[in-house]
Order: sequence, then C-alpha cells, then structure tokens
Amino acid sequence: MSPARKRSVRLVVALSAAVVLASALVYTSFSAASPALSPSQLARQAQPGRSYQVTGTVMQGSVRREGEVLYFSVEDRAGGTSIPVSYTGTVPDPFREGREVIVTVQKQGSSYVGERDSLITKCPSKYTTAPPSEKQNY
Amino acid sequence: MAGLGFACLLLALAVCVYGIAASVYGVRSGRVEFSDSGRRAVYALAVILTVAFTVLEVAFVSNDFSFNTVADTSSRTTPMLYRAAAVWSSQEGSLLLWAWLLSLWSTLALFLTRSRMRDIAAYATAILLGFGGFFVALMVFYANPFATTRPAPAEGAGLDPLLRFPTMVIHPPMLYSGYTLCTIPLAFGMGALLARRVDADWIKAIRRFAFAAWLFLGIGILLGARWSYSELGWGGYWGWDAVENASLMPWLTGTAFLHSLMIQEKRGMLKVWNVSLVLATGTLAIMGTFLVRSGILNSIHAFGGATLGVPFVVLIAVLIAASIYLVVSRRDMLRSDHRLDSLLSRESAFMANNVVLVSLCFVIFWGTYFPLISEALTGHEASVGPPWFDRYTVPLALILVLLSGIGPVIAWRRATLANARRNLLAPTALALATLAVLLGSGIDRKPFAIAMFCCGAFVFGSIGQEFVRGVRARRAMAAESPLRALVSLVSRNRRRYGGYVVHLGIAVLFIGVAASSSFQHASELSLSPGQSTRVGAYTVRYVRPTATITPRYDEAHTGSTLGLGALLDVSRNGRQVATLNPSEGFYASQEASQGSVGSLIGGQPVSHVSMDAGITRDIWSAVAPDIETPSLKRIVSVGNSTLSPEEALVAIAYLARAYLRHPPPAQFHFIVSPLVMWIWIGGLIVFGGGLIAIWPAPSSVRRRVAARSRARSVRGLARA
Repeated sequence: MSPARKRSVRLVVALSAAVVLASALVYTSFSAASPALSPSQLARQAQPGRSYQVTGTVMQGSVRREGEVLYFSVEDRAGGTSIPVSYTGTVPDPFREGREVIVTVQKQGSSYVGERDSLITKCPSKYTTAPPSEKQNY
Repeated sequence: MAGLGFACLLLALAVCVYGIAASVYGVRSGRVEFSDSGRRAVYALAVILTVAFTVLEVAFVSNDFSFNTVADTSSRTTPMLYRAAAVWSSQEGSLLLWAWLLSLWSTLALFLTRSRMRDIAAYATAILLGFGGFFVALMVFYANPFATTRPAPAEGAGLDPLLRFPTMVIHPPMLYSGYTLCTIPLAFGMGALLARRVDADWIKAIRRFAFAAWLFLGIGILLGARWSYSELGWGGYWGWDAVENASLMPWLTGTAFLHSLMIQEKRGMLKVWNVSLVLATGTLAIMGTFLVRSGILNSIHAFGGATLGVPFVVLIAVLIAASIYLVVSRRDMLRSDHRLDSLLSRESAFMANNVVLVSLCFVIFWGTYFPLISEALTGHEASVGPPWFDRYTVPLALILVLLSGIGPVIAWRRATLANARRNLLAPTALALATLAVLLGSGIDRKPFAIAMFCCGAFVFGSIGQEFVRGVRARRAMAAESPLRALVSLVSRNRRRYGGYVVHLGIAVLFIGVAASSSFQHASELSLSPGQSTRVGAYTVRYVRPTATITPRYDEAHTGSTLGLGALLDVSRNGRQVATLNPSEGFYASQEASQGSVGSLIGGQPVSHVSMDAGITRDIWSAVAPDIETPSLKRIVSVGNSTLSPEEALVAIAYLARAYLRHPPPAQFHFIVSPLVMWIWIGGLIVFGGGLIAIWPAPSSVRRRVAARSRARSVRGLARA
C-alpha cells in the first residue's frame, strides 16, 4: 500500500469511528432525555415509568415535610393545574412557596416522585430591575 | 457622576469605531501611522473604561442609590467588601467588568507585540476593538450601568445573600479574565489568517496569553466549584449545570490548543487544527458569556432578562461564519510541513489528547445545548441529566489522565519500542502495584474509581521519573546538591517542568474527584436535640440548637437578621473527632406585606455550611431549621400587629429564645467524603505549575538583551 493510500484508509477509519461514536451520543441523549413540561401538560400526557422535567411555581400552602420526604405541589406559571410531588434530596436555599422550580419527576399512581437531588430553584427576580413601586415600599 | 460614566461609555464606543477604522485602513493601505493610531485607541479604551468602572465602583462603595444598579444590588447593610463586589452581580455591572478586563488584556497583548507582526496585530486590534465595541454598545443601548432614578431611594435592595461569600470577590473577575483572555488568541489567529501569515510567529506571540487564559479560566472554574461545595447547602462541587459547562468548554479546547501548538512550533504540523482550536476557544468563551447573560437555558445561574439574547446570537453567528470562511479560504496556506512519522511518538500522543479533549467538549456541548437542539428537532424541550454526562465524561477523563502520563515521556517523531519500554516500565509497574494494593484491601466495587487511582499512579510514576532523571543528569553535569539541581533544572526549562507539575496536579485533582464521588456517604434526615445518626464511620449527635441575632446596621456581619443553627458532636468509635456548628441565616426582605417583624426575616434564607476538612476526609454538615412551627409563627404575627419596624427586633429576640427553649426537629444534611481536599490541593499544584511555566524565564530575557547588543555592535561595525 502506498503511504498516501494508507493515510486515506486511516482517515476513513478514524472518521467512521467518530461518526459511530457521535451517533451513539446523539441516540443516547434522545433516549435518556427527560422532556421539559409544564404541570398541565404533564397531567395530560405523563406515562408511568418515564422521567419528565417539570417547570412551574410552588403552590402556596402546599409545602409539607415528613421525615426525609418533602411534599409540595407545582402549578403552571399562570396558575391553574397543579401536580403533587414527593421529593427527597437536597433542597436549594431559595426554595419557597411561590418560587419557580424545576424538578425531574416520574409518575407513580396519581402522584409524582421527584428524582433525588434534581430540584433546582429559579429566582427570576434576582437580577432584573425591581419596578419603582416595589422600591418605594422600603 | 452617572453622567460622567455614561459619557465614558459613549466616548468608548466612538474610540472603538475609530480604532477599527484606523487599524483596518492602516493595514490595507500600508500606512503604519494609522495602524499605530488604532493600537493607541485600545490603550485609550482601557483608560476610558477604567474611569467608567471607577465611577461605578465609587457609587457602590459610597451607597449612591440614585444609580439603579446600586439600589438593586447593594444596600447600607451590605458589608463593605460585598458592596465593592456587588458591582458585578448585576447584568449591567458584569458587562462593564467584561469590557474593562478585555480592554486591559488587549492593551497588554498589543503593547507586547507593538514592534512585531504589524499586519497581524493591526487586524487583531480591529477584532479586539470589535468585541470591546460590542460590549460597550450593549451597555449603551440595552443595559446601562449608569441609569439613575431621581429622587434616589433611601436604601437599596442589598446584595443577594447567596452571593455574600468571600469567593464572590474573586471568582467572577477570574472567570471573566479567562473569558476575555480567550479572545486574544482568537483575534491574533483571525489576524494571521486575514494577513495570510500563518507560520508559527503568531502562535509564539499569543502562546503566553493562551496559557494565561487557560490558567485564569481554570482557577475561576475551581473557585466556583469550591464556592459551591463549601458555602451552598448542597454539598457538591460540580453539577453539570449549563453555566458550569459553559466555562469548562473553552477551557477544554484551550487545553487542547496548548498541546497541539507545540506540534506546530516543533514540526510545522496541524496548522488548520490549531487555528480552528483558537477560533473555537474564543467563540466558546463568547458563547459562555451569552449563556450566562441570556437566560436561554435553565440553570441555577439563570440571571433572567432575555434582552441580550439577540445581539449575542448575531455576534456568535458572525464569529462562526467568519471562522469557517477564513479557515476554508486559507486552507492552501495551512498545509502541514511534515507528516506524522509514527503512531508511537509524542505527536500522536498529543493528537490523541486533542481528540479526547475535543470529544469531551463535544459531549458537554451537546448535553448543555440539548434542550435547544431537541426543541429545534422534535418541537419538544427536553434535557439530559448528570448521569448522561457521567457516562461519557468518566471514560474520557480516564484516558486523558493516562495520556498526561504517557505524553511527557515519549519521544518526538518516532519512539522505538525499546525507548518506550524504558520510559513506561516504572510508571506501569507503579500503576499495577496500586491496583494490587487496592484489590487486596477489598476496594473492588467501583471500577472507574480504581481505574482512576491506577491512572493517577501511572502519572506520578512517569512525572516522578522525569524529575529524577533530570536531576540525576544535572548532578552528573554540575555536581550540585539534589535540591539545587532540581531548582536549576526547573528554572532552566520552565515551560517543560511547569507543564509536568500541571500534569501532576491534574492527576491529584482527578484522584480527589474519583474518591469523593465514589466513596461518599450522605445522609439527610430530621433530628431533635439529643438524637444522633451514623454517617459512614462517624456518629453525629445533635447536641443543642444555637441562635444569633444581628442588628440591622452591623457592618461586620454578612447581614442576616437571625441565624439559627445546631451544635453537632462528631465521634468515631466513641472518640470525639470534631464539633460542627452549621446554621441558616434569615435575611430581611423588602416586602412590606410581611409585616414589621416578618419582613426582618422574610428574605431568602441561606445555609452556612460547617465542616471538618481533613487530608483524608471531609465531614460536611448543613441544617435547615424549622421556623414555621405554630408557636414561632404566632410570635411573628403578634409582633407584626403590635410592633413598629423600629421595635421589631425585640420580637426576633423573643423568637430566637423560644426556638432555643423548645427546639423543633431540624432537617440536617451530612456528607462524609474522602479526599475532597485533594481536589483543591491538585488545583493549587496546577496553579503553581502554571505559574512556573508562564513566568518569563530570566535566560530568555538575557538572550534578548544579548541579541539586542549584538545587533547594535553589528550595526556599529557596518557603519565603521
């Protein structure tokens, strides 16, 4: 085999290996991904045994703790449908009723079980300018 | 003062526009005075932005709440140190910090190259001013840090309690220095392509900046990890969060570049690859800034305010298009001078390392942007979690650590088998011995961690062997003491031995990561005083609750009104090991609807982690006290209806006493993880090695002086 031919064979082998690995990566990302849904979408289409990432606000008066388990309900940002979540694991400091949260859940019966340590609290007001009316309250 | 600041921004924008025009005209027409003027525009930009930044900093330090950014992110109760750092907690302030750091680093880079590579430097000037102009324009048109409200509010909102940690002072500037430094190699790389001069000159000129970018970015990332671990009530140091990933990606491609540039310097190979890596690193750095600033992906760092998304997307699109066009149109010039001689050579070890690093970057890129990719392809937003990242990054990290042991000891061009055997025998033996010891001691359930320990041992072996051989050779030559020989060895080959030290540090760091993630014991549970629990080999007992109250205007404290905590007794086999005191700080809010007492503690609660850190293991604890019990709630509601805001602190004191007298069960989080400290020690070793490698070698200074005097005498001779 001439050196040039050898090089091009090597290149083809390397490229096909890269393509195979990249496709594996792409495939697993789609199969392992949890769809991001709002509580009302989740209530409509959740299938047991599949993970979903739900984004919404923590419903007022819904937070309760029993031992290791934290119970709360997540409702649509605009209000309306809410789903009950039981969660174990780390609770971020800013977690509060009325705050926006993201949590990965699986449906079990009529309630939803949060994946351990998957709770993220967003603090939407953190870096946006407060409206003047709020400032005067101080 | 705000007027002065905004005037600076307008002037800065004008300077950028002028500088771009002058340097492009200068290099196109060959009129050097114009490109010189363009370069001086960068110096001027640095001065102007320094003034602007000082104006904003003074406003923060002197509590000038007529500035909207000051009123939103600072307050009189915010301690001095955090007031000064609050500048970069707002969107506007961080854009100013970015532009300011960019102008400083650009000034340094262009000053150092002022008499070399005039054409490349002129294009680089235009590109750097383009970035500067972009960020200044963002401030002028979208996010003005000097916007004011009249009359000024009496008090500001205060710095978010989550940011009140000493790391806040240093982590953002480090990270931003890293990001801005990444754009300097990009500017010179594009300059070299535009000027059609793609030899190793431009690489030599920016080598040190690429290294500095890598170092600052690395320190910034590590400081972020350390912050997350030691301050946030989470206990982890890395979560594959979008913003963490955004900073890691340019660091990975930068690492790849630092290795492959050596191949171009030594062998004239990989030119396309190198210039592509430089362009990718700069673009990823801009994308990182974009990710943080646009709030496009869900992240704990999501800073809200999507106004900056569109301009950034445009900038990134332009960067990518220009990079591809330049590389493709200049591909004939970028041909390699040599071919790869053998698969058993340092070149191929470096190429393998590049492939691994770029694959890592690709995996992280895909995972980070997956919500966008999935929405574009399927119409549904979906995301991948840490297990998905781990599946790919763990094996790649193993290969990477192994290569960091092989690369330094394998010969350039073509290593013979005998040579490879001679260099790899001792490290391999050390790795196998480590494996035997680990399996013998019964640790056999975590294959990846064990593999990482063995790879680490391999690196220790190969780097140690290099040092021993170097010292031995030096002693044979100069008859010095071993220590002296080591010092002179390192100081004469700073880049090489500094690099070895970096490899050593990386191995130490990864051993820390593997051990702490694989052999961690964690427990989350509710305890009442007197109760205890087991975490790993330790018994933790909740001795008694603690409480602290801070008057509102206490400067020394971080500003939490009420702190409730727990005194914990940690013992092992009946022997006391440590006493921990985690607590949670309750901060004041500005919501008047919470009442006079309620608003004193109605802000965001923040965990104060307490840990016993050691060489072999860390015992980590956080507590979430329950202040929502009926009796404590009643104190707040009675106080709200009877006390004025001035007297409200009395109710808080009463609440603290009631809590101490009848403490409700508190929620605890304990973690015992081995070898965490070695992550930070490894980071320090990397940092030290980086400093050794980056420090200007005295010998090269001497050489330059000698060359100059030689040139002078030659000129003298010619004249004579």
